[in-house]
Amino acid sequence: MSEARTQVDQAWTGLNAIVGRENLRTASTADAVDGIQPSGVIAPGTAQEVAQVLRYCDSAGLAVIPRGGGTKLWLGNRPQKADFVVSTERLNRVIEHAWGDMTVTVEAGCTIENLQRALKQHGQRLAADPMQPEGATVGGLLATAESGTLRIRYGAIRDLVLGVEVALPDGSVVKAGGKVVKNVAGYDLTKLIIGSLGTLGVITRAVFRLHPIPAAVATYSTLLPTAAEASRLVLAILDSHLVYTGLQIRAQRADQMAVDVRFEGIPESLQDQFVKLSQVAGVQPSESTDEVWMARQKLFTLANSSVISKCSVLPAQIGSLCDAVFRQAGLAGVTATLVAQGNGIAEVRLDASAPQPLMGVLHALREELDRLEGTMIVEQCPVSMKEELDVWGPLQDALPLMQRIKQKFDPARTLNPGRFVGAI
Amino acid sequence: MDTRLVNEFRSIVGDAGLVAGAEQLRTYECDGLTLFRVAPDLVLLPSSAQETQAIVKICHRERIPFVARGSGTGLSGGALPIKGGVVISLTRMNRILEIDVPNARVVVEPGVTNAAITAAVSAHGYFYAPDPASQVVCTVGGNVAENSGGVHCFKYGVTTTYIMGLEVVLSDGSLVRLGGKNMDRPGYDAVGAFVGSEGNFGIATKITLRIIKKPETTQTLMAAFNSISEAGSAVSSVIASGMLPAGLEIMDRLALQAVEAAVHPNYPNCQALLLVELDGSTREVELLMEKVGPICKSCGAWEIRLAKTEAERMAVWKGRKAAFASVGRISPNYLVQDGVIPRTALPRVLGEVERLSTEAGMRVANVFHAGDGNLHPLVLYDRRIEGQEQRAMTLAEDILRLCVEAGGSITGEHGIGEEKKHFMPVMFSEADLNAMQRLRSAFDPYQLCNPTKMFPGTDATFQGPIAYEPHPIEKAGLAQRY
Repeated sequence: MSEARTQVDQAWTGLNAIVGRENLRTASTADAVDGIQPSGVIAPGTAQEVAQVLRYCDSAGLAVIPRGGGTKLWLGNRPQKADFVVSTERLNRVIEHAWGDMTVTVEAGCTIENLQRALKQHGQRLAADPMQPEGATVGGLLATAESGTLRIRYGAIRDLVLGVEVALPDGSVVKAGGKVVKNVAGYDLTKLIIGSLGTLGVITRAVFRLHPIPAAVATYSTLLPTAAEASRLVLAILDSHLVYTGLQIRAQRADQMAVDVRFEGIPESLQDQFVKLSQVAGVQPSESTDEVWMARQKLFTLANSSVISKCSVLPAQIGSLCDAVFRQAGLAGVTATLVAQGNGIAEVRLDASAPQPLMGVLHALREELDRLEGTMIVEQCPVSMKEELDVWGPLQDALPLMQRIKQKFDPARTLNPGRFVGAI
Repeated sequence: MDTRLVNEFRSIVGDAGLVAGAEQLRTYECDGLTLFRVAPDLVLLPSSAQETQAIVKICHRERIPFVARGSGTGLSGGALPIKGGVVISLTRMNRILEIDVPNARVVVEPGVTNAAITAAVSAHGYFYAPDPASQVVCTVGGNVAENSGGVHCFKYGVTTTYIMGLEVVLSDGSLVRLGGKNMDRPGYDAVGAFVGSEGNFGIATKITLRIIKKPETTQTLMAAFNSISEAGSAVSSVIASGMLPAGLEIMDRLALQAVEAAVHPNYPNCQALLLVELDGSTREVELLMEKVGPICKSCGAWEIRLAKTEAERMAVWKGRKAAFASVGRISPNYLVQDGVIPRTALPRVLGEVERLSTEAGMRVANVFHAGDGNLHPLVLYDRRIEGQEQRAMTLAEDILRLCVEAGGSITGEHGIGEEKKHFMPVMFSEADLNAMQRLRSAFDPYQLCNPTKMFPGTDATFQGPIAYEPHPIEKAGLAQRY
């Protein structure tokens, strides 16, 4: 039996002692990440247990895949190693909704939907709309720093988090930030952890700042025949006094660009915004339903030969991005669907009957994005493609610093080895 | 400092970029916190990232610690020089490099003042949102180091919300680019980690920031109350009604007295004054503001004034923005603290502050950002009276302890710096501080970047507050000190 195999077998005993037999189970194929099958799934019940599990695996040389709802496990490079999944499923409580202070403390394994439901009781919400809220968890949302349609008004998820509690591979549980909106005590470790894809520690709880649920919401859409015109409208809206909470472009073809705008507030105010939007657009847009804001999520359905990438450019470059996407896709006989937010972040889905033409389009798009000084992250793709392409894209001169950061927090590369930028 | 070394530095920055004379060095001996003073060995003023790198490379070679400095307006001693170290002033690097209004991006050198950015984009209808009261003087580089806030943070966020990219000189003299103009670049959020690191991670030599559209309409309402707790409950009610005000400020009786004596804003003569600022679309502001007055009245406000025009608003804010400086009218010295508490704890904590100050026999004027619970207790004292300075410092620390007990923070805006470094263990566990040190060592393994700040046990130089020594002219009765 190989040494690695023996280590894993021995681990069962050690891990049982930490979390209890009933919270440790053999992994199935459903637990595989990019086709790499771990041995088991551990479900600790407290932050301290998470930390003890991490320390155990760290000293035993075992690789850990942290998991919340498992809705974004396709993100990143293939793991170099995956021995155990550490699941936050049992850390799922809303600890405290301090509605008078408009903050909430919640465990990492709580789903977004359950969190929002609890907050609704006092007319509040987390002003973020990640995909699959019924499955996605607080920890996963933070670890991936997903960017939704509310960002353009309420900020990125990093701007809504006041503090986090994180379990580190050395067995410690650390707190960063706090419970108050203004806080500059110490370094901003919260920002470092957010978006780190579980490679520095496992988030066990978070404190969010909250917003009131708006009295009314309205969405308006208009169709433009070219990317240039859609872009012009988006820029005009960005430069106006309209107080939109959502602004996006949806397109499945270059000659049909839908521009969606969302307003929230008191009804009289919404009416006023509609009139002003019509002036800016030069036409009266038609009223749409909330459905249009699900367009991002709808891109992410299972399909063997599709690739979904997150492209990020500046607002004035969205038009060029749209043109490039449809031109390159057209040339290669590939279908493209695009959902771009007014802040320059776009999800681009490419479909083809075979992987080959997809690679060609991806390379061409990456070149285009380099030219625009933007970035492209390949989010979801066939596993085989991950061998041929750096999903994260080039990092310029910041990689050595990031490698040092990783080395300080997870020197043995216990957490998600190889999955993040530069195969950290 | 060794003449050879001084000449080596001189060859990089020229005579104009080097300060070595004893009297001139004293002008850099402290920042906005005058309680701590250390004369640096040398001050260098580079005019480019390349010069900054060259300076740091020498420091790295010789293991000389350095302190980066903007305008020196900081209130926690973050720019306090280190004995045996150099100060690297960024004030000569004061150019705005790029203004891209359609994409809402501005690229600046660190020595550009906060207000200069807003001034540069104002004609297009944009502004740079984080607005500390010192904005006319303070630099963006300093704002980045401290993650500065301001009056409008509750709605608009703080500095870190608006920094997209940085070019940074690390302690080995290398230059790295973190982040960029577009959002969500791959990798760790090193920009987010850098903002607020108080000069411990490196020197920012170029800053890419985000500007935002000025709101269509801004209105400020002033309400006079008979007590702080009534003003506080008005704040809670306004927020509970679903509004997100752009600003919510409260000043107490003592602060109002000071401000009236200094800048005559003609505020109502009350125990507590509340300022509520709403901004957004004209229609929405008008509709919402109609509700604010009645809410305040229902909480006990006996006078309401509404400022609609820019001139009216300026007059209302004049007093609040001059608050710290104004206390000079009612006290020879003051210490200001910067604790934060959950908003709902305001009445209780302020009651405690009053009890503590009465026990200590000292006056405390209160000014605070009521929306986000950021208090600025101004502890008034006279350092010529024996023991008062020490009692003031003790009272200020007791107030900070109150804040931590209430679930808040020891600093909302001013930073830890020199002043509160020994307080860090009150708020953070050893494991927490350890994690921070790990992050710092990834950026600065050589411990050259402002190393004596932020963490306890890094005292090298502070000998104690300087005792006041009257000038001979004053002793002779020919001049008075204000």
